[in-house]
Amino acid sequence: MKAPARSHPLWLAFVLHRLSGLALALFLPAHFWLLSQALTNPSRLDGFLAFAEMPLVKLAEFGLVFLLAVHMFGGLRLMALEFLPWSDRQKTLAAGAVGVAFLISTTFFLKAV
Amino acid sequence: MTAAQETLDVTVHRGTTRGACYDSFQVPAHESQTVLDVVSWIQQFADPTLSYRFACRVGMCGSCAMMVNGTPRWTCRTHVKKVAADGKLMIEPLRNLPVIKDLAADMDPFFDKWTAAQGQHHPSQTRHDPIEPIDPGDPLRVEADLGVECINCAICYAACDTVAGNPDYLGPAALQRAWTLLNDSRDDGRGAILDAVSGTGGCHNCHSMGSCTQYCPNELNPMRAIAGLKRETAKSFFKGKRNA
Repeated sequence: MKAPARSHPLWLAFVLHRLSGLALALFLPAHFWLLSQALTNPSRLDGFLAFAEMPLVKLAEFGLVFLLAVHMFGGLRLMALEFLPWSDRQKTLAAGAVGVAFLISTTFFLKAV
Repeated sequence: MTAAQETLDVTVHRGTTRGACYDSFQVPAHESQTVLDVVSWIQQFADPTLSYRFACRVGMCGSCAMMVNGTPRWTCRTHVKKVAADGKLMIEPLRNLPVIKDLAADMDPFFDKWTAAQGQHHPSQTRHDPIEPIDPGDPLRVEADLGVECINCAICYAACDTVAGNPDYLGPAALQRAWTLLNDSRDDGRGAILDAVSGTGGCHNCHSMGSCTQYCPNELNPMRAIAGLKRETAKSFFKGKRNA
């Protein structure tokens, strides 16, 4: 059986929230491991920081910041949906979360390069 | 119109949950033709063994819902022109339900969950009491009124991916019914309802994907009702009434 048409904004917001959450869950252990190198192996940390100056890594960081921001604002929208009085503007709020996340990550990127 | 455009290429699900196949039919195309008209034409003129369900033909009874080109729809109010892709229609029974035969889904799980969500009226008075005046402008009544036009067509149930992934989940229609009763001043089942909708298959399973609201043919908003239930169950939890 064909899956029902899912191309509506709130379903896409759901998928974006799930995928960004999953990506962040994979990223965080690596992030903490790298931070721990400051104590256990500073030269390795310095090596990585030099690697992180490459433009391609900066681009990946832009992606990370976008995921983090979109997950945070998407999560705030969901908490508002569940705990505040109902608002009919859910699609607008979901789009707004993506917009703000893009603004923040782009600002980060422009400062980083 | 050319001769080639005067027929619709219709693929129809045949069989049951245990074994299914697809049959193709060439159905004459007409102006103002609904998907139910197409299914009825097949049953009357091409294959009388085709099983499907309908009653009122005017969007009141909620019995003719099917998957049309992958989307759950009330077939009696769905114009072919609106949904046919290049003159092609794929018609299947409602998703997330067992199939009795061909296009007739087994609605038992859907109505069982309606009952499990305490969807029945819990009387607060007897016939000997005076009739209680209801103010239509009361905010709780306004909230309850938002859900009363549900026709139990199970389109929201078929659209919901949470139902697809969790067979215990009560689903949008049953939860919206519970929310309607919770806001109805004549209903005395608050404790039972909150208990029923906060369990394993309850409102907290909902991921707010919004497919229920997207596809409801009566433009109701089960997502709003479920959000309301989440709020009320959370409130009652933090007040320490875990069983109420």
